[in-house]
Formats: sequence, C-alpha cells, structure tokens
Amino acid sequence: MSVVPPVIEAARPSAANRILQRILTGNWLVGIVAVLLSILVGSILIAITDPGVQAASAYFFSRPGDTIAAIWEAIAGAYAAFFRGGIYDYRADDFAGGIDSLVESLHRSTPLIIAALGIGLTFRAGLFNIGGRGQILFGAAFGGWIAFGTDLPFVIHPIVAVLVGALAGAFLGAVAGALKAFTGAHEVIVTIMLNFIALNLLTWALNPGGPLRGPGSSPLTPPPPESSLFPILVPGFSLTAGFLLAIVLTVGVWWLLERSSLGFRLRAVGENPAAARTAGIDTKWITITAMALSGALVGIAGVELALGETRRPFGIAVDNGVGFEAITVALLGRSRAWGMLAAGILFGVFRAGAVQMRIAGYSEDIVTVVQALIVLFLAAPPLIRELWGVRPDGRRKAAKA
Amino acid sequence: MRLELRGITKTFGTLVANDGIDLVVEPGEIHALLGENGAGKSTLMNVLYGLLQADRGEILLDGEIQRFRGPGDAMRAGIGMVHQHFMLIPVFTVAENLMLGNEPTKGPVLDLAAARRRVVEISARFGFEIDPDAKVEDLPVGVQQRVEIIKALSRDAKVLVFDEPTAVLTPQETDELMAIMRQLRDAGTAIVFITHKLREVREVADRITVIRLGKVVGEASPTATNAELATLMVGREVDLVVDKDPASPGASTLVIEDLRIADPLGHLVVNGLSLEVRAGEIVGIAGVQGNGQTELAEAILGLVKPMSGTITLEGDDITRASPRRVLDAGVGFIPEDRSEDGLIKSFTITENLMLDRSHGGPFVRAGGIRRAELARFAAEKVAEFDVRTPSAEEQVGRLSGGNQQKVVVARELSRPLRLLVASQPTRGVDVGSIEFIHKQIVATRDQGVAVLVISTELEEIQALADRIAVMYHGRIVGIVPGDTPRETLGLMMAGERVAA
Repeated sequence: MSVVPPVIEAARPSAANRILQRILTGNWLVGIVAVLLSILVGSILIAITDPGVQAASAYFFSRPGDTIAAIWEAIAGAYAAFFRGGIYDYRADDFAGGIDSLVESLHRSTPLIIAALGIGLTFRAGLFNIGGRGQILFGAAFGGWIAFGTDLPFVIHPIVAVLVGALAGAFLGAVAGALKAFTGAHEVIVTIMLNFIALNLLTWALNPGGPLRGPGSSPLTPPPPESSLFPILVPGFSLTAGFLLAIVLTVGVWWLLERSSLGFRLRAVGENPAAARTAGIDTKWITITAMALSGALVGIAGVELALGETRRPFGIAVDNGVGFEAITVALLGRSRAWGMLAAGILFGVFRAGAVQMRIAGYSEDIVTVVQALIVLFLAAPPLIRELWGVRPDGRRKAAKA
Repeated sequence: MRLELRGITKTFGTLVANDGIDLVVEPGEIHALLGENGAGKSTLMNVLYGLLQADRGEILLDGEIQRFRGPGDAMRAGIGMVHQHFMLIPVFTVAENLMLGNEPTKGPVLDLAAARRRVVEISARFGFEIDPDAKVEDLPVGVQQRVEIIKALSRDAKVLVFDEPTAVLTPQETDELMAIMRQLRDAGTAIVFITHKLREVREVADRITVIRLGKVVGEASPTATNAELATLMVGREVDLVVDKDPASPGASTLVIEDLRIADPLGHLVVNGLSLEVRAGEIVGIAGVQGNGQTELAEAILGLVKPMSGTITLEGDDITRASPRRVLDAGVGFIPEDRSEDGLIKSFTITENLMLDRSHGGPFVRAGGIRRAELARFAAEKVAEFDVRTPSAEEQVGRLSGGNQQKVVVARELSRPLRLLVASQPTRGVDVGSIEFIHKQIVATRDQGVAVLVISTELEEIQALADRIAVMYHGRIVGIVPGDTPRETLGLMMAGERVAA
C-alpha cells in the first residue's frame, strides 16, 4: 500500500480501546450531564413503576390531576428517601443523627474508591481489568485468613491483613498481565475467567472442612477478632480508617500516574505502545506491572470489605458488587485519581441512599438502573461517534477500512 | 470499460495526498501506477473504489461521471479491487467468501450451490484450479489471491485494481499472477496495477504512470530502462545542498556482518547484509522502498530480532539487545514513521522529550519525575531546535509535521551519542524544517558521531551522505562515494551492480 491515509491509520488500536480513550478524554461536563440525565430517566422509571401512579392513571381522563399528583408524590418521595439515606437525614433528632447518612455514604464509598483506583490504573495503561470481583474475593480471603488465622496487636493486625490482601490481588492481576504480555491472551477474557476461579476457590475454602470455614452451619468464615478490624474513626459512626486509607491511596495513585517515572511509562504504553517500545520502554513488563498494581489495589478493597465494612463472618457475597461497580466509578472519574475519589463518593451516596429508599418502600433497583444509565450516557457519545464514524470535530469520517 | 480519472485531489489536513491526478485506463490494457510509498497511489485507488471521497475531480466510466459513496457503488459500477491485504474470511470456504456481501438466495435460504457453480465456472475460464469447498485459511497465499480475483470477477468487474499484489507472493507466484493479468487483459478487462517494483512493471505493463508526492510526474513506456523509471520515481533533481566539510572518519563504530532478517511470513527481507559506519561520517542507505531498509533500522535498534548475523557497536555485540540497552549504549534513533513509532501525540512536547529517558537519567529521581529540571530542558530544546509552538506544554499532535519531527530530532540528539540512525528523517516535513534537520545531522557527524541515514529520497542521500550504500533485495549492492551521479545510483537501485 503506498499511501496510508491518516484516517485509516487511526484505526490501528482496537475499537474498544478507542472508545475507552474517548470516554477518558471527555470533559467533566459529560460526566455531570450523564449523571443528571440518568437521574431524570430514573424519575420516569420511578413514576411508571409506582403503584399509586398506576392506580391513578387508570382514571387519568376523568381526573388527570390525580395522576400528576401521584407522579410527583412518587418521585419526590423516592428522592427524598434517597437524600435522607445518602446525604442528610432531616428527620433525625440532632445534627449527628442527620449527618450520619453522609458518613455512612463515605463509609460505603471506601471500597468503591480503592477498587476504582486499581481499575482506572489499568485504563490509563490501555488495559481493561474486569477481574475486580476475583481480586476482591482473593483480597478478602487472604486478608481474612490473616485476621482470624493470626494473633496480632490492634492496628498492626489490619495493616498486615491489608498487605497480604494486596499481595493476593496483585498475584491474580499479574497472572492476567503475564498472560497478556507473553501470549497475547486478551486481559478481558482472562480476568473474567479468573473471577470464576477465585469464586470457586473461595467456595471450596468455605466448604465444611475447608481452610476458611467458620464454626457455623452456613458457608461463612470464622468471626474476625476485634484486633483485626479497621478501627472506627468516630465512636457512634460507621466510618473506619479504611476511608483514610482510600484518601492516602488516591494521593498515591495520583502521584504514581501524574508524577512518577513508572506512571509516565504506564501512560506512554497506554497511549502508543509502538512509540513506547521504540523509546526503549519494556511494554511487557509495564503490562504485568500495571495489572499487578491494579490487582493489589482491588485486593485492598477486598480486605476493606471484609474487615472494614462487613466486620462479621463473611462468605462469597463479600464483594457486594463492588468489583463491577468500580469499573463504572473509574469511567465516571475518567481514570484520574481525584475524579475517581469524587465518583466513588457519589456512588457511595447511591449505595447508602438506595438502602433508605427500600426502607421507605420504593424499589432500590431504580438506583442500580440509574448507575447503569450513567455508564450508558458516558459511553454513548463516543460509541455513537465511533459507530457512525463521526470525528470529534463533528465531521463524518471519510473512510472505514 | 474505459476508466478515466480527472483532476482527483484529496487532502488529509495539511497533507495533499493526491493533487489533481489525471489517469486514463483503456479496456484491454494493463496500466501500471508506479510510485514510492507515500506517493499517493493507494489514496487514489481508495477514491476510485469509493472508500474515500475526493475533494475535487471526477471519475468517469465509459465517459459517464460516477459518484461512489462506498465500495458497494464502485462494485456495482464494475470496479473490482484485489487488496494487498486480502479481504477474505479465513474460516469460510472459497464459495462462502465469494457470496460475502452479495449472497445469492433462494427465497430466504442461501444458495451455496450457485456460489459454488460460479467458482467452478470462473476457475475453468481462467484455468485456475480452485476447490470451492476449500477453507481459505488452508490455501497458499497465491491461491488466496486468486480467490480475491474470482470474487471481483464474479461481480462482473470490468476494471480491476491490483494494489501491490506481489508484496506477499513468492517469485513463482508472481510470475503466475502476471500470466493471469495478461489473460484478463486479453479478455478485455482494464487493469490498474499498483506497485513500486520496477521489474514487474516493465514485464507486464502496457503503459506506466509515475506518481510522486501526489502528482503525476510522468508517463513511460515499458521499454524505459530501470534507471529511467527509478529517476522518475524518486523525482527530479532538486537543490538540497547542505554545506558540509569533507568527513574525517575515525574509528569503526557500527559493524554489521552478514545480517539476515525474515518478515512474519518467513520471507528474507534482509539477506546477508554487511555494512560498516565509522565515527564522524554519514553513510546513506539509498534504495527503493521495501528493499529491507525498515527492517535493517529496526534490527539495529533491537525492535526485530535477526535470524543470523551480528551487529556490533564499538565492538559491543548488540545483535539481540533490547531497545533499552541499545539506546543506553548511545544510539539515537529517528524512526521512519514518527506518528506511529516516534511520538505520543496526546503527550506534551515536554513529555515526548523525555520518552526514551523515563527509566532513569537526569529527569528521574527516587522514582519521581523532576519536573522543574525537565521543564527547563524542554524550554531549552524548543528554542534550540526552533520548534514553533505556543509552549512546551502543547500536545505534540497539534504541531505541524515539521515541528513534530523537530521534537523527535531534539530528543534523539540531546543524549550523548555514538551512533545516530535516521530513517526517512524528513518525510512529510516542510522545506524549511528539512534544511534545519539536515544541518543538525551534519553537526552531529562533526561531533564525531557515526551517522546512518536511510532514505528513499535520493536528493536527501546525496545531500547528506559521505558514502552511499545502495540497498536492493535485502543486500547492499554497492558502496559508492557521496558524489556519485544519480544515473549511476538509479541503476544500482534497480539492482545492477556498477563499478564505481
């Protein structure tokens, strides 16, 4: 081929990578608009699914006001419950009781932030770590094993658990990274498979007679001793030292990505592996390192879920969906450390708010739908551009090779 | 069918890929489109095939203006294309591939039998022996290409475009392909044959159009000599004189002995190459694109591993060293494709300037980047290399080609070097920047660095090189002084050994 026109040349990275790049380079406004649009669509869903609205709409033509009132009541009621649960409970007796909601949100956001930091790290290196669930289970299992298997003093005990959980997660990530680097196996497939492997290993370990099986009749671990739990920051509130750890890790990931030489190489490989390799950067080593670091962070999130959030015997459901939700958080935070912290807190509010919505009698699934819609709205503009071949400058791409 | 292109112009941003190209191909004619990589041949054919829309100009078939919005339109109008990289689905059979995009049906059911009959029928007409039920991936490359040809013919193509069809073929397969092309021509098909291989053109073409830098620079008949064609391809003599003193070569720096490199398909692209570059001299590698120059440069840097042979740098064996080690040993590298291999477009100038020193060196301390140090360095280099930019924090992708290349050159020349390998150092670069980059390369030589310049632009080689090594079919066919006349070089580039 004598001339490779630039438009065709640009088709070199995989479509998935290009879409990811576009999401990550999108601006803040896109994220905010995505959140607002999702809440709007969520409102419509609340209205449609509300029994009161359904009842009133049956006689819509005779008394339309009833339907509109019912819609308003449903939406306002649902979001008020959401606000009480996620941000501030204005019905509480005192400020402490009111602000407890926000504190709970921060508490719930902790594992999301830590896991998102790990997953965003791989996005920056041009990789997709979909193995969050497996790495969380590994981190929780090994961290838990330190918790009830060893006898260590307060503070030291959870620190050791975090380190061991990080190593366990890093191992799982590094396996996927090494398979990608040396055999070209796609990390998405490998990490998904590793999720199953981790899940089944933990299931086995929780079987009667298994190494992690607790004394009870259900497949749960033994209770972790008090010394191993993440210390509570303020008595009476749920928030633990895990949240401080999340902030420390955010700073660490920020420094790593934006200020360190390793992060520079990681980003270089993510943006243009050919140029990185030509400049003497060992792309294979970077791939493994990025996946291992990612796994370590996600593994820490697993320890936090076990010893910070659950604080009781836990089973295979300890991940609580964080492994996948963290992908959304990383995307919404555009894989920037501070962005992921902010997005993680937002999703923590979602989690805490959803609980209150359920208590108030509304479907908490609406929150899950809103979260899914956020991803859709974030991904849709680049996806549509890609599918229609529209370039970011708005003109239609000339060719599809 | 008579194909006529009138004034086709196609630009990509600031790059003019096709500049008012006129071309007429008569039925029953093999018309060769000859030109270097980057000359604009494939762009022109993509316009013809509807993959790209021309900015200006028109396409006529039998005198009627055509408007192709996509390859489907072009196919329906009777244009077929045999791509360099086959557009076949490997796990499908020949008949299934034939149906693709044009599935014959009986009601809602695919009519595979009809497709199979079509394969047999066309095969018989041209004496191909192709089993319609063979899986494409099991067929040799030459036969796969025939499947592509049958595919085009099954849609009644009257104009057939072959885009670099011999690039993937063995010599025997090439001969067979040429026989097929002649046969098709005799049956009245108009054939466009895109290539940069002179021998093939002279052997099979009825008419030759030479394209250079997006323009038709001349027509030639197949009786033209290789030297005439080569001269046309690489262009007219242009004044690109660089002031330089005679070289004072010092110690032997780069020594390559009997190097052999195979491409992924197993063809030897560098075949027993030996070369020496001494400190303080510029050796230019001249040659038509695709004679192993790219692989030679990549092997020196450690990006591809040679099959055999040795590469030493001041006696230090770097034959299978990693790029990191080669760079650290004092090798500067200007890659031929800067946007692919030389730069990260979304990174700033500053970041690109430290790209090959991210693991250590002056800009890294305790794992962190010394930003103040780096910013000072970047500002200095932007000024020194005259990079036209609002600031060193500008994204490299926003710069013009010439300024992007200056960033690459600045980076590579700002390390202590023993050897500089510059591959197409001024491709796609404006004239002012060419002069600047050439001066920098000569200045590097004058500091006692060994310089290897690889270029398909003969003027560039003549302007820079103290000695010229001409590469042909993966070997050096001769090493001649820098002032060798271009006619002689043209002959050598066509593979003839000339006593200098």
